[in-house]
Amino acid sequence: MATTIDPSTHVGDGNGKQDGKHDDDTKKKSSRKHAVPELLFGDLWEFDPAPETASPNIKPRYDLFIGGQFVAPQSGQYFDSINPATEEVVSQIALASPGDVDAAYYAAQMAYETVWRDMPGRERGKYVYRIARLLQDRAREFAVAETIDGGKPIKESRDFDVPMAAAHFFYHAGWADKLAYIAPGRRVEPIGVVGQVIPWNFPLLMLAWKIAPAIAAGNCVVLKPAETTSVTAMKFAELLQDAGLPDGVVNIVTGAGETGAAVVNHPAAKKIAFTGSTEVGKIIMRSLAERGTRMTMELGGKAANVVFEDAPIDQAVEGVINGIFFNQGHVCCAGSRLLVQESIADMFVRKLRQRMAVLRVGDPLDKNTDVGAINSREQLDRICDLVESGISEGAEMFQPSCALPPRGYFYRPTIFTGVTQSHRIAREEIFGPVLSILTFRTMDEAVERANNTMYGLSAGVWTDKGSRILRMATDLKAGVVWANTFNKFDPTSPFGGYKESGFGREGGRQGLLDYVELA
Amino acid sequence: MEQFGPVDRVGIEERVAKFASRSIKRSSKLWGLTTAVTMVDLTTLEGKDTPGKVAALCRKARRPSDDVTIPPVAAVCIYPALIKEARKQLADTPIKVASVATAFPSGQSSLKVRLQEVKYAVNAGADEIDMVINRGLFLAGEYQAVQDEIAAVVEACGDAALKVILEVAELETYDNIRAASFLAMQVLRPGDFIKTSTGKVGGAATLANTQVMIEAIRDFYLETGLAIGMKPAGGIKTAKQALHYLVAVKESLGDAWLNNSRYRFGASSLLNDLLRQIHKERSGAYQAPYYFSEAAESY
Repeated sequence: MATTIDPSTHVGDGNGKQDGKHDDDTKKKSSRKHAVPELLFGDLWEFDPAPETASPNIKPRYDLFIGGQFVAPQSGQYFDSINPATEEVVSQIALASPGDVDAAYYAAQMAYETVWRDMPGRERGKYVYRIARLLQDRAREFAVAETIDGGKPIKESRDFDVPMAAAHFFYHAGWADKLAYIAPGRRVEPIGVVGQVIPWNFPLLMLAWKIAPAIAAGNCVVLKPAETTSVTAMKFAELLQDAGLPDGVVNIVTGAGETGAAVVNHPAAKKIAFTGSTEVGKIIMRSLAERGTRMTMELGGKAANVVFEDAPIDQAVEGVINGIFFNQGHVCCAGSRLLVQESIADMFVRKLRQRMAVLRVGDPLDKNTDVGAINSREQLDRICDLVESGISEGAEMFQPSCALPPRGYFYRPTIFTGVTQSHRIAREEIFGPVLSILTFRTMDEAVERANNTMYGLSAGVWTDKGSRILRMATDLKAGVVWANTFNKFDPTSPFGGYKESGFGREGGRQGLLDYVELA
Repeated sequence: MEQFGPVDRVGIEERVAKFASRSIKRSSKLWGLTTAVTMVDLTTLEGKDTPGKVAALCRKARRPSDDVTIPPVAAVCIYPALIKEARKQLADTPIKVASVATAFPSGQSSLKVRLQEVKYAVNAGADEIDMVINRGLFLAGEYQAVQDEIAAVVEACGDAALKVILEVAELETYDNIRAASFLAMQVLRPGDFIKTSTGKVGGAATLANTQVMIEAIRDFYLETGLAIGMKPAGGIKTAKQALHYLVAVKESLGDAWLNNSRYRFGASSLLNDLLRQIHKERSGAYQAPYYFSEAAESY
């Protein structure tokens, strides 16, 4: 890269008008005949690597967190947690057997009966506030750990995951002594011990969404993080020790499907909160139906981003890009279907391609990386399979020509045009950086197509017309409808699904109601 | 107005926040800083300007630093009365003499007088004219009249390049800024510029209003093939800010705009901070504060 400027590139070159040649330009302008103009996103100004260097303080091995202590798994077995950007082992994670899960439930039940249930709300609130503050204090450390273990770009873990996790603890801490006000005239009581199973896409944030309302309301918790992303949960367990949270209020057991089944099916669980795929959610629902255990399910999605011709175009492009490529598309509410009005479809797709040309895919720890690593080999295979189906079913694929790192699980941002409702890529949740583009002619058609899915988690509307926003928000069957923005979250705002995207809400007063009994 | 499309305030401000969070290190930083130096329109626009101050400004423009590897700036920007002095100082250099005209900064004079001033400036030797649009007409809804006036100024410029100041703070909304950008570009020639501000009213260039304008430039270019330049002016005081602006150019307009024939910074104190940061980047340490002043014409 040149660090000095070649004098020959000084004023006057590039357009020639200042050299008295502007007659040519005027002629050019009047005839308006040109080759198709293109923008050049080349290597004139390459950015040097800008890695985040804070230490993540990850231990080489993590035990289970039961009764306030780290205890070895009964089986003595551990499994590797992999950094998806390098395929190197980050840490070894304990494999919890049903016996370990039983111990965790016992510890939770003890804590519930002897300490937590009867502690005044204002005292419980102090602990939750303390957790929030400690998380804030150690935000950088947690962000780096989250990125190393899960592959998401550091700018997202730093600017979104960790601050939002802390915000959920702050928000629910404030509720701890005000529970009587969420249902006036009713007596508000905790449920008991709650089993929680969370996914790998936002490991720390999903943990916060689950634990914060549960313990603020006086419940105790047995939580199982996802198999591929347990590190920040175990670091969080260390933070709970620092916060002095009474032993057993929160227990964290790690493992894969078998461990999850033990958590979900334990008889001491008064409620199960699950976030994950619709497929697994249905299995859990079937098994819980026999026992009448309360449950909330936050499952898959196939959100439609509906762009009308009068939309603020560049902001809509940005919203669509953010909607599908945020966190490599590993977002249950990702805007994975673009419904764009036919009159602007070509122009809009051209702009999407231009925007994709400047997405930076690569080392998740680099502060300039926009799209990081796919969470696991398994997920990468699934994305490849669905993209293959898109091609073989006749949709047209576009990917930018960006270089991918030689190692690790990476996938280029991908868009498909010419997609119809019957394509697999328009129906199945891909959970990757793959956008399916469909068109519509009228508002009714847009609503019909957007709702023609088994999912109903989120949707986006892009238009300059306020009345259209209001009607779309009513007609779209989705738990969240964003207008002229996308992927906006706030602890005060309830989040959850319609149809087979689940039931129950997280966040806000509604979310808290799912963690209490009204007497 | 509607044909140019709306701009969402929240969305555009989120977009530019991403530019400002880019982390520019080492050689890429040095390249950005040095490129920014070549894009500066070193400016003095004060009632108390004298030939002496302009002479000092021109010498600074030719050789911004005693470090000879630092390139000269793009232009000096002054009032019409001082063109002759600047012309004398900048003879045999590639540095352009830019003059404000058209009853700068308010533009509140008759069109005839404004065009006369443009012709005076061109005859006095200005290479570039920085005009102001008629915000009064714009806000009154007389868009065609605004465009006709700009076209008349283009005509009066002859071979001089034109920079059209929208005075974005007075247009107030992003929708207006986008519309005014198009009104201007439709009558400009390739190599002419649109510019944010005079620097004389509160609220000058921001990343967001500059982004609205460069997105308009991009859309206009893709539609017509005509490449218009961009000049944010006022309020850009630090090297770090300048880098954010250049990141926006790199990621919105691409490499073809990363040079001073298509991008300028209207600034006075920015140059000294660029020099300070270049020195720091090369030596690894800051110099004492008195090595670089805040004044445009001194070191």
